[in-house]
Amino acid sequence: MSNDHILVVDQLMMRFGGIIAVGGLSFTAKHGEITALIGPNGAGKTTVFNCITGFYRPSGGELRLTHPGGATFQLEKLNDFRICKIAKVARTFQNIRLFPGMTALENLMVAQHNALMRASGMTFLGLFGVPSWRAAEQRAIDRAKFWLDRVGLIARADDAAGNLPYGDQRRLEIARAMCTEPALLCLDEPAAGLNARESAGLNELLLSIRAEHGTSVLLIEHDMSVVMEISDHVIVLDHGTKIADGTPRAVRDDPKVIAAYLGVEDDEVAAVERELGQ
Amino acid sequence: MVSPVPAAVASAANATGVAKAGIAFILKKSLISALVALVLFSLMIGVRTDVGTAGQLVYWTRFGELAAIVGAVFVGSILVELLRGWFGPREGVQLPQGVQRGLSWAGRLIGPAALVFALLLPVIFYDQRYILDLAILVLTYIMLGWGLNVVVGLAGLLDLGYVAFYAVGAYSYALLATNFGLSFWICLPLAGILAAFWGILLGFPVLRLRGDYLAIVTLAFGEIIRLVLLNWQDLTGGPNGISGIPRPTLFGIPLSSGEDGLAALLGIEFSPTHRIVFLFYLILALALITNWVTIRLRRLPIGRAWEAMREDEVACRALGINITTTKLTAFATGAMFGGFAGAFFATRQGFISPESFTFHESALVLAIVVLGGMGSQLGVAIAAVTLIGGFELFRGLDQYRMLVFGMAMVLLMIWRPRGLVGHRAPTVFLEHNRAIAADMVKEGRG
Ligand SMILES: Nc1ncnc2c1ncn2[C@@H]1O[C@H](COP(=O)(O)OP(=O)(O)OP(=O)(O)O)[C@@H](O)[C@H]1O
Ligand SMILES: [Mg+2]
Repeated sequence: MSNDHILVVDQLMMRFGGIIAVGGLSFTAKHGEITALIGPNGAGKTTVFNCITGFYRPSGGELRLTHPGGATFQLEKLNDFRICKIAKVARTFQNIRLFPGMTALENLMVAQHNALMRASGMTFLGLFGVPSWRAAEQRAIDRAKFWLDRVGLIARADDAAGNLPYGDQRRLEIARAMCTEPALLCLDEPAAGLNARESAGLNELLLSIRAEHGTSVLLIEHDMSVVMEISDHVIVLDHGTKIADGTPRAVRDDPKVIAAYLGVEDDEVAAVERELGQ
Repeated sequence: MVSPVPAAVASAANATGVAKAGIAFILKKSLISALVALVLFSLMIGVRTDVGTAGQLVYWTRFGELAAIVGAVFVGSILVELLRGWFGPREGVQLPQGVQRGLSWAGRLIGPAALVFALLLPVIFYDQRYILDLAILVLTYIMLGWGLNVVVGLAGLLDLGYVAFYAVGAYSYALLATNFGLSFWICLPLAGILAAFWGILLGFPVLRLRGDYLAIVTLAFGEIIRLVLLNWQDLTGGPNGISGIPRPTLFGIPLSSGEDGLAALLGIEFSPTHRIVFLFYLILALALITNWVTIRLRRLPIGRAWEAMREDEVACRALGINITTTKLTAFATGAMFGGFAGAFFATRQGFISPESFTFHESALVLAIVVLGGMGSQLGVAIAAVTLIGGFELFRGLDQYRMLVFGMAMVLLMIWRPRGLVGHRAPTVFLEHNRAIAADMVKEGRG
């Protein structure tokens, strides 16, 4: 069964001192799907991302990643940079983390570090500009150009990333993550701070990433229009545990989800459930 | 028609309010500085102790001097704050297009012009030994500055113990040459490799340290190396140092007055200047190699990873960049250049002792990098010429030399807080090679 799942999260637990940010969370994400992770503020969504991408070492549980080719990785045992380098998981950050003093193009070149490092013979061949290195560098520039074009930033390729408007920075960060050629792309609130037009553009971009590159996407998002429109599967978190799991439509109508977002008490939820006859 | 008047009055009142708040702020800041000075100097200057005639402790107070110092600190910090307001970097000031273009054109010419001048310098000043010696000294510091620039400017790792690698290079050459009779050209790469090795060794314990902590540990590392050199009598000769270090040869041909010397072989009259000129071109070549390698490295993935690490370490990790190896290679590369410079220093002096490798040297090289503009090759070169040349220029002022010099540095940093060349040149571009403004570029915290 796990073959059609790119990510299987099993009893994930993350404690910070006395705080349990994520308590025994289990969910799965399918290959080639957009899986959304939603929940109110402080639900533990970013903490789950930090566990998946190796920034936190989970206090317990398992994170199993399976590539389309069949290779599997236990993410909770990998070092942070290996999760991107070997397991091919890329991410963006809730508060954008670009390299502000480098150009948009340079940002995308840095993302291809590992491939370029190999091509430059661990720097030594590159130092003397051997032809194979030059060709590899040109390919990297072409890939960067491709992604700059896809996110509509080709005209700003030579501008400092820190000088770009907010919406452009968000898209550049996605392009940078895609330049690592990920199997799983984790996006932490990519639509935050975007206007309606930019948000629609983002939807299109994510759908085309899924369709054309076969990249599976894990998406944290507060903007329900984005979640409803593009996600195949939604997982709802509250206080570090899963409260609902299903298609966007099913989750939207789930009284527990509505209650969690409205912040009502549990017994009231029970009352709502009774009323609805569940 | 009436409304603009009160508005104008209000805004004028507002402006004076701001000015008053500014004065209050400056006064407060200066008062705090003066208080700190009072606490600090009350024991150092206010009370003077000495040994009396019968061997007893005598002391007397010097409140006049203390008051003078505290007053000077107070007035000085007011002046600095005012200067910062009048003379500091202005935002939104745009030079006319023509002037800007002229400046960028001149900026592009400065490098090649300086190179041509450097190549011709021994010809122009052939019989001015003092100038040749000074030029060699300046070039040594340019090379050290470029080496440290890799660590501080590109990778953003504040290293206060750079002199350690200079010392390792110098002692490596001195020991290998005097004990095993190896030639300069074999020892030079060995000195670089050994220094790089020590760079990695220093790198490991400081991998997790950032900012101030990193600075303190590297500072301590520099001192440890110096103290080991001072105390390991058997190997290093302790405070007596190592003398009789062989002079470099031109691929085996010594630059001496003997039968087999270069002068005799070429059939020209021997002159001690030959060796100075040779040393000049040697350090020029070493410095140019450092520059070339650094410029190449910036355009390779490793160099981009250094700069990306300076900008945002967390983002680097998310992109699969191994921060450990990236930091260690930065330390090793910087240390290697320091080691080369050290080997050159040893062969030029013919004698080395721990006294040449004090913290003062680290501070000077760091000042060159910061003043030049972190990350800028040209800025570092200009700063080295200014600083080392400035030291010589102010030599006539005796004990006030450091004072004048310090004041000049303060003024310069007020005028250009990000160094002489603060902007950053991109390493790759599609259409326009536009420089990136200094305020966008991070200085690194680790
Ligand atoms: N490093 C940490 N140390 C201590 N507590 C933490 C840490 N990181 C997260 N937490 C806590 O874990 C809980 C979940 O935080 P998290 O950032 O994952 O929420 P989130 O779902 O991403 O919220 P938001 O929608 O606001 O981004 C919060 O109570 C937070 O205070
Ligand atoms: Mg979050």
